[in-house]
Amino acid sequence: MDLVNYLYLASILFALGATTVLLRRNAIVVFMGIELMLNATNLALVTFARMHGDITGQVLAFFVMVVAAAEVVVGLAIIVTIFRARRSASVDDVNLLKS
Amino acid sequence: MTMQTLSLAPWLVATPLIGAALLLLVGRRSDRWGHWLGVLASTATFVIGLVILLDMLAADPDQRVGVHTVASWIDVGPLQVDVGFQVDPLSMTFVMLITLVGSLIHLYSVAYMSHDRDRRRFFAYLNLFVAAMLLLVLADSYLLLFVGWEGVGLASFLLIGFWDHHLPNAVAGKKAFVMNRVGDMGLIAAMMLMLATFGGVDFSTVLGSAGAADQGTTTAIGLLLLLAACGKSAQLPLQAWLGDAMAGPTPVSALIHAATMVTAGVYLLVRSGPVLEAAPDAQLVIAVVGALTLLFGAVVGCAKDDIKKALAASTMSQIGYMMLAAGLGPVGYAFAIFHLVTHGFFKAGLFLGAGSVMHAMDDDVNMRRFGGLARLLPVTAITMGLGWLAILGVPPFSGFYSKDKIIEAAFVGEGWRPWVFGTVALLGAGITAYYMSRLFFMTFMGRRRWVTELAGGAGREGGSDGTPVRHPHESPWLMTLPMIVLAVGSVGLGFALNAGERFVHFLEPVTGHAEHHDPVLPIWLIITLTLTLVAAGLALAFVQYAMRPVPTTPPPAPAVVRAARVDLHQDDVNEAVVMLPGKVLTRSLVFADRTAVDAGWLGLAGGVGRFGTWLRGLQSGYVRQYAAMTLGGLGVIVLVIWLFSGQGAS
Repeated sequence: MDLVNYLYLASILFALGATTVLLRRNAIVVFMGIELMLNATNLALVTFARMHGDITGQVLAFFVMVVAAAEVVVGLAIIVTIFRARRSASVDDVNLLKS
Repeated sequence: MTMQTLSLAPWLVATPLIGAALLLLVGRRSDRWGHWLGVLASTATFVIGLVILLDMLAADPDQRVGVHTVASWIDVGPLQVDVGFQVDPLSMTFVMLITLVGSLIHLYSVAYMSHDRDRRRFFAYLNLFVAAMLLLVLADSYLLLFVGWEGVGLASFLLIGFWDHHLPNAVAGKKAFVMNRVGDMGLIAAMMLMLATFGGVDFSTVLGSAGAADQGTTTAIGLLLLLAACGKSAQLPLQAWLGDAMAGPTPVSALIHAATMVTAGVYLLVRSGPVLEAAPDAQLVIAVVGALTLLFGAVVGCAKDDIKKALAASTMSQIGYMMLAAGLGPVGYAFAIFHLVTHGFFKAGLFLGAGSVMHAMDDDVNMRRFGGLARLLPVTAITMGLGWLAILGVPPFSGFYSKDKIIEAAFVGEGWRPWVFGTVALLGAGITAYYMSRLFFMTFMGRRRWVTELAGGAGREGGSDGTPVRHPHESPWLMTLPMIVLAVGSVGLGFALNAGERFVHFLEPVTGHAEHHDPVLPIWLIITLTLTLVAAGLALAFVQYAMRPVPTTPPPAPAVVRAARVDLHQDDVNEAVVMLPGKVLTRSLVFADRTAVDAGWLGLAGGVGRFGTWLRGLQSGYVRQYAAMTLGGLGVIVLVIWLFSGQGAS
């Protein structure tokens, strides 16, 4: 099987994630889009590692997972706090910091 | 000269400087005794000077020049300047003139300024002036001289504008300061040229190697020194500040604008003698400037009704004589200094006398409202009378010896020069006689053009026909004593110094020995002509101002007199020639600055500001928009990498 197909899959997943982030208002869904993008990147990294016969990409994928896990914890905490304060999970309602 | 007395030289400058510093730093607490401290500092300086002078006179003539180096001042590569004091007959002559006349004027000021609440500050400035002037004449390099030169300018500025609560006085001080700056530029440029040509600015280097230098260079240095001298000595074309400088208190006019500061230019030129001798063209220009100023001052002096301004014009004219003599070369240096010394005495005496008259006449300076004061102010009238005879050059008063020598020296030479300079000097003597006699007669003789209340009677409080009410009284002894001493100097100094050409020989270690040349006219004829012209001027003034009544308002007069009343339009000329073009230049520069430079930078700043405002619009607060921009940015980066490196590598 051609390894390039994995890259096509990664690109499609990344595009899906990015579209989700850009188009959806619900913070939880946006969050899921981000996760999708991160995992698409991981897939690409692992594929590259396989293509080059080098484990650097795999190591990098582990780092991304760790950081993503931490990010999920912090991000969800923020979303929950904002929802409690403002009764809304829409990212468009959180625009108070603009000048 | 012994080392002990030579090492006293720094104290000549330090003593009055300490006096000034004390008076200024202690402040109002010294109001009660400050003026006496000022007198003490000045007198102590005179005593120190006298000690050095006596020691100098005891030494052989070739042992009379000494330099006392105190410290190294500037030590950068080729430029080595020491703080050194040049003690020689020329500088000691000035030291004696400055400290003696200065001390007398300090004493006079104690009484003259007794009603002024800032008398202490006045004495601080007087001491500062004496210190600066002494530094000027004792410096052993042009650079140190320049320090004193600027100090003198500063003291002059402070003293002219002493009563600065009255706006014209402050303006006069500023005018003097600014016009002096023009001359200072000349001295600075001259020092630059000296440094470039001779590699130093101390007298021994410059004067020692001036003879070997290129004549074009020495001419340039000579002309720049002349510019400096013109500024300080109020010579054409920088003469306009002197008349306005009379806004200062009268002792200032006597000390600074008659006896000492204005002589600094003559000192500079005589000191720079070897440079000028290597530049005949510069010498000619100096003589011409002196001759022109001599006539200019004399003409202005004839028309002035303000007693102090008439004396100021006379100062200008007399210093013109000195400049003329300094421009004649070694034959004239000693006579220039001789006239400077005698002039210092009689002019200071005349100014102090004028101050005494003003003191008696409620600070009025208009001679048209004086008259008949001789009986009421006998001491003032006699001392001023002696000064008047001295400046006229009536034998045997001191002006006769000094001025006559200059007139004789002006007649020495070849070609057209002796005839022109000699005639101008002769003519100047005649005009001097006229305007000084006019001043004396208008003040002390003739009908009284003022009234006392008693003589005026009730109902006529004066002023109805322009005659003011006055109560003239003789000045206190503190004022008359200095006048008497100066009058004695006006009478006897010329004879005493001239006997056996004593003074000329005394100065020879500095000015060099001048070969004796015969004038183009026999000496007896020159003296006769001079005295005839002086007598004619005196007689004319006597007829006009002592025998005939003097109108209390200036009568209509021909154009030349009207011009002389406004200083021959010197201010108009300065405005037209210098001020207006300067104004146009600065205005156009300001315009160019605003339209080109400022507009460019302001436009740039405005552009950045507008760009920032536009950029701010992107900060909408919508997270998704930010995410889109991040994604777009990523796309751009990928595109750029693909275009420039990815494609190039493949």
